[in-house]
Amino acid sequence: MLRSKKRSLEDILLDVFIYTFLFLLIAITLYPFLNTLAVSLNEGMDSIKGGIYLWPREFTTFNYQSLLTDSQIFHAAGVSLARTVLTTVFGTFLTAMLAYVISRRDFVLRKFITFIYVLTMYVQGGLIPTYFLYQRLGLTNNFWVYVLPGLVAAFNLIIVRTYINGLPESLIESAKIDGASEFTIFLKIILPLSKPVLATIAIFTAVYHWSAWWDVFLYNSSNPALSTLQYELMKVLASANSMSGSMQQGLANAAQSSQITPRAIRATMTIIVTVPIAVIYPFLQKYFVHGLTLGGVKE
Amino acid sequence: MKRSENTFWQKLWKQKALVLMSLPFIIYVIIFKYIPLWGWLMAFQNYWPGQSFFNQTWVGLENFRLLLTDPIFYDVLRNTLAMSLIKLISGMFFSIILALALNEVRWTKFKKLTQTISYLPHFISWVVGANLVMNALSTDGGIINEVLMGLNIIDSPIMFMGMPELFWGIIGASHVWKTVGFGAILYLASIVSISPSLYEAAVIDGASRLQRIRYITLPALKPVIIILLIINVGRLMNMGFEQIYLLSNGRVIEYSRIFRIFELDYGLKMMRYSFATTAGIFRSLVSVVLVFSANKIAKMMGEERLI
Repeated sequence: MLRSKKRSLEDILLDVFIYTFLFLLIAITLYPFLNTLAVSLNEGMDSIKGGIYLWPREFTTFNYQSLLTDSQIFHAAGVSLARTVLTTVFGTFLTAMLAYVISRRDFVLRKFITFIYVLTMYVQGGLIPTYFLYQRLGLTNNFWVYVLPGLVAAFNLIIVRTYINGLPESLIESAKIDGASEFTIFLKIILPLSKPVLATIAIFTAVYHWSAWWDVFLYNSSNPALSTLQYELMKVLASANSMSGSMQQGLANAAQSSQITPRAIRATMTIIVTVPIAVIYPFLQKYFVHGLTLGGVKE
Repeated sequence: MKRSENTFWQKLWKQKALVLMSLPFIIYVIIFKYIPLWGWLMAFQNYWPGQSFFNQTWVGLENFRLLLTDPIFYDVLRNTLAMSLIKLISGMFFSIILALALNEVRWTKFKKLTQTISYLPHFISWVVGANLVMNALSTDGGIINEVLMGLNIIDSPIMFMGMPELFWGIIGASHVWKTVGFGAILYLASIVSISPSLYEAAVIDGASRLQRIRYITLPALKPVIIILLIINVGRLMNMGFEQIYLLSNGRVIEYSRIFRIFELDYGLKMMRYSFATTAGIFRSLVSVVLVFSANKIAKMMGEERLI
């Protein structure tokens, strides 16, 4: 509608630049994934010769078969899923509850609570004191170290509070007149109305916990039963050249009878870890785009 | 004085439902975030595990003196700030360019598809991301070396991951790769909210597309740029530990060792708990100074604040 009848040279050059830039971006974004997918579907020994780009040369599903039947991987996937679901569900609910409380402009402790939460974004006890604390609390070598420390994050809290602040205050007033308690107001009015922003932080939380490996390494690395999918991948990557660990040992045994290579394991693990998220996120777009722009981090 | 105190407690009593709802959260944040701060006292001791906390030798500011005179310390400070700044600026620059480019695309389906694809790297972990980066840069069939050799720019593969002088660049580039699409969301939202009448008026005045971008779109992005700068300035000391840790290796350690890696090496590997805690305190103090300064500056400029 803004386009003039005759396109100037500048106009054409600009379009050439824009489309080149965007096509380049798409290529650079997608290529590493497609290449990894191709390697994961290619026969392991054949991949060593190089020259696999976007398409497998000797197609096989053997890499997937051997990894997906590995009980350690299966168990780790279960732990990943459990921590992701638990933290997302409880974390989102609890964050919403506190966000409602500090969104109430007349609440006397509002400033205090906001401050002690926001400060945690910048001041942290650091590695060693935190480690000692978790040890004291019995959270080392314990599944709950994945869930408890991250339940309410300041950043998410501020996003939700900003959103709730934008809801009409008269809703709360009229509910009060009807005799609703604070908790009922939160549960029956605020929670349903905050769905868009809660979806956003639920996505953030879920992605964070699905991706986490650092806490596994720090607190639970001695217990294979508490390992997560991401940490297993991390171990495969770290020991890419020198295979070690129980899982790799098992795979190495398998490697003698058939053709599976470290590179193939890495590629296949990468795809297994990535696929769940890559399949889900396009459908959640409207939530995170909307939530990000609505909730924007500001007072 | 007495009166206001009374009204505070009276108010608190009146709002007991809200207090009750928030009490668990106050206890929670104190346990998980503030009790570790008590561990900061270790920085003033020569902490040795196995002895009780109060039987440790107190050494005053000795650990701080050691930290500030440690020859590695200034490298660590330089690496931490340099990489954070590179990431902050390059990330913002390319996200803004992407948002501007997307806004100029009239072919809606292509625009939607590009956006969806551009979010993908945001949703993968750095474990996967680092793996993809190392594959692309590998000397053994990595795509970057293959392309450079195919174009006859180099004749033998470059060992990118082993060159200290390239490390900051690799961190910056991989950061842009992972965050550019997601980062563009906020900028694009601000662009979309610009009133179309501004552009219409500019067209009537004969402004070209580039001029419209330069004089209408870019100025409209100023508030969101400033708020994002404030948020991130406070994080300069903490940015992107996982990325750097996973991409780092012994050959490039002089340029890759940031504060958190430094703390990890001294704390967990060498068991110098007090020294590592001192480094952690230093990191937190600098962060607080940075965020409050940024907040002040924003306030003076009349922009929105974070706290």
